[in-house]
Amino acid sequence: MMDAVAPASESRPDLAAIAADASGERAVGRPTVYVYEAPVRICHWVNAFSILVLMVTGYFIGSPLPTVAGEASDHFIMGYIRFAHFAAGQVLAVFFLTRILWAFVGNHHSRQIFYIPVHRKQFWKEVLHEIRWYAFLEREPKMYVGHNPLAQTAMFTGFTLFVAFMIVTGFALYSEGMGIDSWQHKLFGWVFAIWPNSQDVHTWHHLGMWALVVFVIVHIYAAIREDIMSRQSIISSMVSGERQFRD
Amino acid sequence: MGAATETFYSVIRRQGITRRSFHKFCSLTATSLGLGPLAASRIANALETKPRVPVIWMHGLECTCCSESFIRSAHPLVKDAVLSMISLDYDDTIMAAAGHQAEAILEETRAKHKGQYILAVEGNPPLNEGGMFCIDGGKPFVEKLKMMAEDAMAIIAWGACASWGCVQAAKPNPTQATPIDKVITGKPIIKVPGCPPIAEVMTGVVTFITTFGKLPELDRQGRPKMFYSQRIHDKCYRRPHFDAGQFVEEWDDEAARKGYCLYKMGCKGPTTYNACSTVRWNGGVSFPIQSGHGCIGCSEDGFWDKGSFYDRLTNIKQFGIEKNADQIGMVAAGAVGAAVAAHAAVTAVKRLASKREDADHNS
Repeated sequence: MMDAVAPASESRPDLAAIAADASGERAVGRPTVYVYEAPVRICHWVNAFSILVLMVTGYFIGSPLPTVAGEASDHFIMGYIRFAHFAAGQVLAVFFLTRILWAFVGNHHSRQIFYIPVHRKQFWKEVLHEIRWYAFLEREPKMYVGHNPLAQTAMFTGFTLFVAFMIVTGFALYSEGMGIDSWQHKLFGWVFAIWPNSQDVHTWHHLGMWALVVFVIVHIYAAIREDIMSRQSIISSMVSGERQFRD
Repeated sequence: MGAATETFYSVIRRQGITRRSFHKFCSLTATSLGLGPLAASRIANALETKPRVPVIWMHGLECTCCSESFIRSAHPLVKDAVLSMISLDYDDTIMAAAGHQAEAILEETRAKHKGQYILAVEGNPPLNEGGMFCIDGGKPFVEKLKMMAEDAMAIIAWGACASWGCVQAAKPNPTQATPIDKVITGKPIIKVPGCPPIAEVMTGVVTFITTFGKLPELDRQGRPKMFYSQRIHDKCYRRPHFDAGQFVEEWDDEAARKGYCLYKMGCKGPTTYNACSTVRWNGGVSFPIQSGHGCIGCSEDGFWDKGSFYDRLTNIKQFGIEKNADQIGMVAAGAVGAAVAAHAAVTAVKRLASKREDADHNS
């Protein structure tokens, strides 16, 4: 098995070459590794945008905007909000599935967010190291090409599991409107065997939104912080796909 | 009661219809259904020989609102359902017999119509303390229920009590009231939830079984699809106001007078499967939303335990506090946000400190 947590310095030591240009100004060649392939990056940003739309519209489905006056036939506010929610939900579902498929054909980094190597002692040791790093107990961060072990754990639970839960409950709720003969109900109707009263499914779906809000806060903060503190590119990596090490 | 099972033909004759009229009816029915020339005599034969389905109607922990609803059925009239369509052999609330005479009918039906009678159950059995919270005919109701269920063809669970548990099973459920399907296994159970169910839905289910001699198609949760496959919300006449974003915000506001959507007032129509918005109540006169009050979701599982009838978002009690998803979520997001801010601040201070240290080292 490929080592998902191999430090960068081991994999590409020779790239840290130093060159000088014609005017004698020195350019620093920094070690760069291609981490996130194009489909991974596209899925990331499409999912991010979908989740943003889903959160805003979902919130307004639970707590609708103030009443509008006039004839009902002149307005379609709830209709548009719900349409945006359903559309974004289906886009998210498609790109989440694409992302799963890419895990099978992509590089080993693309598989990271879909599992936690629970059986490996070394992994948990490094999770502990990361926790100590975030608790200011370690002076130096370890460098990773992909996600660090703590990030991998957070991505698996906070993103993969939560989003899967939201997609499943979301389609189950959508099937209520589509009717019991719809494919949505055939595929996801079993959710109502767990919670026979769909009011509970609504509540859990709503709580799931807040869980994702928490994930997004932590995700963005950790990305910015690591970008600065761990001396490696994080945010621009999700645009270019390349991770640069600045030491 | 207790006599040989009546056929439809004898009931028809008893109501003063001549044999000639009966045969006219059979041929007319066959012709209008477009059936062949032999069909008329087949229909007549079926009506002359097919026995009416015997029904045993039992009452556990309940409030009799199901019976109250049932006797108000307009299409078909309940008198037709009870006196002509089925053979209601036992129903302790409305039967003439009492005491040992009444109880004897149970044994008799069980022996004579083994595997052929319908057991209609209103209410549910409490299981705590050996079932002593509901004594019926000198025995715990749960024993009587199990005994009669053993030889029944099928069981109809009337109302939210028999289907889900209803108010007596609401937290903390001291008597351990338990829905029928948790007590009886291995028998087909039709759930007809509602508190009470709509009269026409009840007689509709009975009519289907007596007409076709089989159970109606059920959904995943054991409810007849024909009445419970859509939500109140799907066929609500106020739905256009929902889609437009026009809501009642307070009970006495202009929107309430105009009949806007009651979503914000906690209407449970979007999560309630029932036929109220199509069949309506009292012979199609009205239903709660038409009368200006939101649906309380009485045909749904555990509707008593989902917080106020007037809240949109359900209170969550799993965490030992009564808060809805937004309140919990905002607190969680706020706490994490504050933690992130604090962490960022500590990071900045540490970084500054270590930079100064480095600077000291270098100089």
